[in-house]
Amino acid sequence: MTAAPNDLKRTPLFDLHTALGGKMVPFAGYEMPVQYAPGVLREHIHTRKHAGLFDVSHMGQIIVRARSGDQADAARALETLVPVDVQGLAKNRQRYALFTNRHGGIQDDLMIADRGDHFFLVVNAACKDIDLSHLKSHLDETCIIEPLPDRALLALQGPQAETALAQYAPDCAAMRFMDVANLHINGADCIVSRSGYTGEDGYEISIPSADAAALAQALLDIEGVEAIGLGARDSLRLEAGLCLYGSDLDETTTPVEAALEWAIQKTRRRNGATQGGFPGAEIILDELENGATRRRVGLKPEGRAPVRSGAELFTDEQSENAIGIVTSGGFGPTVEHPVSMAYVAIEHVSPGTQIFADVRGKRLPVVVTKLPFITQNYKRK
Amino acid sequence: MLKFTEDHEWLQVEGDVATVGITEHAAGELGDLVFVELPDVGAKFDMGDVAATVESVKAASEIYAPLKGEIVEINEAITNDPAIVNTNPADDGWFFKMKLDDVSAAEALLDETAYGELIG
Repeated sequence: MTAAPNDLKRTPLFDLHTALGGKMVPFAGYEMPVQYAPGVLREHIHTRKHAGLFDVSHMGQIIVRARSGDQADAARALETLVPVDVQGLAKNRQRYALFTNRHGGIQDDLMIADRGDHFFLVVNAACKDIDLSHLKSHLDETCIIEPLPDRALLALQGPQAETALAQYAPDCAAMRFMDVANLHINGADCIVSRSGYTGEDGYEISIPSADAAALAQALLDIEGVEAIGLGARDSLRLEAGLCLYGSDLDETTTPVEAALEWAIQKTRRRNGATQGGFPGAEIILDELENGATRRRVGLKPEGRAPVRSGAELFTDEQSENAIGIVTSGGFGPTVEHPVSMAYVAIEHVSPGTQIFADVRGKRLPVVVTKLPFITQNYKRK
Repeated sequence: MLKFTEDHEWLQVEGDVATVGITEHAAGELGDLVFVELPDVGAKFDMGDVAATVESVKAASEIYAPLKGEIVEINEAITNDPAIVNTNPADDGWFFKMKLDDVSAAEALLDETAYGELIG
């Protein structure tokens, strides 16, 4: 984590972050604000109560367009890389997806939006170069793959997100969870989705880099909207039970192990109309029918000590054979207790099961808990 | 005698007992604390041993014994309410008191001016 500042990239909001007193840290090759003056705790709570503005411009934005001009060709092509129903995605709707590998592991998680004549993808910052070459090497015959490095990405999250964004773009209010629309906001042409990664209602706004700082400032000028750093983004997504790629998901975790079955629609499963055909399909489809040997679960530590990533899990205070490992953990400012996510052997994943985490040489009791820890607040209707 | 360490702890030495806490600078850098784990009374530490652990929302950090000695008292108020460390690190937010093996060793630690220069 000590890369020379020269090696780090900056987003179009860098000057705004420093002007706001953001504490800048290296993250996925970028200098990003981990927190501002209020600190992670207050920023987290503010987002759940009001609205938080996040700079997620480090994430990758990619357009996939069929060479034939037929969107169905691009949908079929994408389905060779992801186990989700892309062909069934309606125009201007978005879906959570996974790039799988031939071992059934997860190469990245992403969003795919159907924009009518192309698909719009948002991928993780640390994976974007790999994802781009993955797409190009597999889909080049049928699709034009176009990265959008000149667009920033802002996330506006929280119960006041709708009223705030509607001041500049009234049409955003009519959108529902996972809708995508082109909106003209503060003079800029934006691609807006009603989504996010905090468990709250909100929007992700793709905007030309040159217009990003002005829109961010305009949103921050609204009462109730505050700049929120990556620290609170992490605690918010953890409380919401959402996976962080590289921690909770990686090339060795399968979608079934990760409890992401919901992301694989029936049509892509065995006996579905568009079954299989993605990397690792045999392994993943088998696991969908028979289950996996371990599973991602929530853990609620019984004490006040956070149980963080890397902590090993045991059935009791003495046993020497670990039954699992924590992949994300910290303190949940909204639930006001420590929260963790872990992979646990399938025999021990029933909610309510008490197991023990090794923290600094002590065995602390933790209870397997349903995810999410908070009630998700999406605008579904 | 008020002394400081390069690990951002302060010690108030009275007789052969040092009261130990973390500096305002350290408390600010750590952010809002949500958990504090203190040593047991009677525990013995060498200088530089991990004596306590603090956790913010984001990360865990270790608090070191500034000198060799034995823990004679701990501040349970901060384990019940870790926020005290953030609001009053130099006073109510003290961590533990330790009986020093060698009081004169404290002389070698930083004084307030030297610590001020360290943190700039």
